[in-house]
Amino acid sequence: MANIITRRSLLAATAAGMAATAIGDAGAQIQRKEGGSLNLPIESGASLRMLRPVRFVPADEENWRANCARFTQKTGVEVRSDFVGWEDISQQTAVTANTGAGPDLIVGFNEAPHVYSDKLVELTDVAEYIGNRYGGWLALAQRYGKKHGTNDWIGLPFGSTGGPLVWRKSALQEVGYQAPPDDLPGFLDLAKKLKAANKPMGFALGNAVGDGNGFANWIVWSHGGFLVNEDGSVGIDSPETIEALTYLRELYPNFIPGTTAWNDTSNNRAYASQECWVTMNGVSLYFSLKNDPATRAIADDTFHTLLPKGKAASTPNAGLTMNAMVFKHSRYPNAAKALLAFLLESEQYDPWLQANLGYWSQPLEAYTASPVWQSDEKISVFKDTMRSTFWNGYKGPISEASASATNDYVLVQMCAAAASGQATPEAAVREAARRAGRYFRRRG
Amino acid sequence: MSEATLPRWVAQRTDPGWLARLFDNKAFLIVVCLFPAVSLLLVFLTYPLGLGIYLAFTDATIGRPGIWVGWENFEYLFEDPIFWGAVFYSVFYTAVATVGKFALGLWLALLLNNHLPFKALLRAIVLLPWIVPTVLSALAFWWIYDPQFSILSYIAVDVLGIRETNFDFIGTAWPARWSLIAANIWRGIPFVAISLLAGLQTISPSLYEAALLDGSTAWQRFRYITFPMLLPILAIVMTFSIIFTFTDFQLVYAITRGGPVNSTHLLATLAFQRGIPGGQLAEGAAIAVAMIPFLVFATLFSYFALARRKWQQGEGND
Repeated sequence: MANIITRRSLLAATAAGMAATAIGDAGAQIQRKEGGSLNLPIESGASLRMLRPVRFVPADEENWRANCARFTQKTGVEVRSDFVGWEDISQQTAVTANTGAGPDLIVGFNEAPHVYSDKLVELTDVAEYIGNRYGGWLALAQRYGKKHGTNDWIGLPFGSTGGPLVWRKSALQEVGYQAPPDDLPGFLDLAKKLKAANKPMGFALGNAVGDGNGFANWIVWSHGGFLVNEDGSVGIDSPETIEALTYLRELYPNFIPGTTAWNDTSNNRAYASQECWVTMNGVSLYFSLKNDPATRAIADDTFHTLLPKGKAASTPNAGLTMNAMVFKHSRYPNAAKALLAFLLESEQYDPWLQANLGYWSQPLEAYTASPVWQSDEKISVFKDTMRSTFWNGYKGPISEASASATNDYVLVQMCAAAASGQATPEAAVREAARRAGRYFRRRG
Repeated sequence: MSEATLPRWVAQRTDPGWLARLFDNKAFLIVVCLFPAVSLLLVFLTYPLGLGIYLAFTDATIGRPGIWVGWENFEYLFEDPIFWGAVFYSVFYTAVATVGKFALGLWLALLLNNHLPFKALLRAIVLLPWIVPTVLSALAFWWIYDPQFSILSYIAVDVLGIRETNFDFIGTAWPARWSLIAANIWRGIPFVAISLLAGLQTISPSLYEAALLDGSTAWQRFRYITFPMLLPILAIVMTFSIIFTFTDFQLVYAITRGGPVNSTHLLATLAFQRGIPGGQLAEGAAIAVAMIPFLVFATLFSYFALARRKWQQGEGND
């Protein structure tokens, strides 16, 4: 999930881009149900402006622009796509929503459509049409797309990027494991044995937006805890969370030292330098290892597995999701909706998905068959990213408060304080509840 | 030369045009000359400061204008241990780093004030830490303090073998605090050293000659000549230094982001953290506003305590 560009990842990206253009024909394997229709008379003289987060790989942007150009060719609607830095897109969305000016549509992250739902055009017709054609929307896509407690779609998820376990087969075999266990006591045992073999695991407990929050969420969710109750009140102060932190206290001494100071790139570096043998990351780490001859051997020894379920029914990992929305201030809402539908059709979406090499994972069932997931068996685990039944701010309604709590590291710091012994699990949970309470307070 | 042959030249005084008259008008000139400066100050200083103070009394978030809530933000902060932690560390960081910078900076200035070979070159080199953009030096320190790849750990563990494990620079609270202070001192020394060096060079050598004739020791010359003569400039430099240190942001944000577990948050980093990534614009503004009393106090202290005339004159309550 660390997306800081290093020389190495840049090389990887270039190599990956070249590989992607070689991948040929679009959408052959994608099953589509014909029928249904979308009645969107495009306004005359329409033109669209769209914002999107920047790419992982260059082929992403090329493909996206090519798809938009095809839309222009077909409908005559000019489309301008601007690619915005990941840290800036939330702020730009906020300004667009509040000023009622600017782009017609924005592909933002996670909760953005829910924060500005009263400023958005409902997308239910597009979502139902596309969902019907491509085998239905996956769980995470439904969660991020629909307004809480209704079947009204306000966002159209375009893909998600998750963070499973990344591990070295040789290290696990050395301590008698074929793959990371799916239960918590087993995982603790693995951690202890790896530590004894001097090949420790490491997970970010520092102020790392992606990796730190991903790990903290996993610890809490895998024990049955959660930050938010279904009604949107804070629910972190529970026996489950305390149990999670008690478990973390046993797990943490088996980590590589220094993870409380880790940021989003630290685990990538420690893993690439063979100091850390099990961690949690997006697919970027694997590709950067694979595309650098110096670390190719590490990549060959690297495998991905979903995070241990623990007590949860499904893997407790919520991917970072691209979520498209159309603003009411747009003069051409039909054109904007038609564009989103067009981009999600297999002729456009599948080549784009393939160009992304697995960095983004599809929101629609039918695209599970995309050749991208066969391109490298080691990344096939990412194809289920959007099947997750967990989301940022689980179990509450999706809101800006959960995004704020994430960005302010409320759960990460709760975990770090308990793990490092700075606070007892009980005190750490109380402090997290106090801080979260501020974000989730009702406003008049 | 006969004067009679030349036509008599008569000085003609043309009436000045309206433009010239306009520019002769004192009131107009004042307005014109002040306009750029005043408007810059209003637009880029007064307005943001006023807006910041206003926001501190609302509940604005990014994406929502917010309503007036009075002192609510401050009431919350008053009970927020993270805020008080940031206040403590800001004061501690400023105090320790300032003392360190002034002790080492003054020492360096005294050394550089001697006649050394390559004096100009040496002075240029000394300025380097201050010239390098802070973010770059912060990144360099971030690598130096890295839990896995620190050069210091590498030397101690792999080269010299005097340690078993890597140094824990930024993984726990107190080491992280001291590490950041060390980085700040390193960066701040040149500013102090060069400013004080300028001050040292204004001290008349005749004072030292007179003292030498009186049989003074080196310490006495420092204590009774150098130090008092430096005090005015010391006061100014210290004021600036305290303000820069107290409002430091880049070093802390690039190296620890306020971690581990908020132990190294300065008020500036905490304000940013809450205000921009956390989206709580009003609370961030309130934290920033809370810095104002400290800064005013530091400035007043420097001016009134250090710049008192009797101090400058060395001794006596005359």
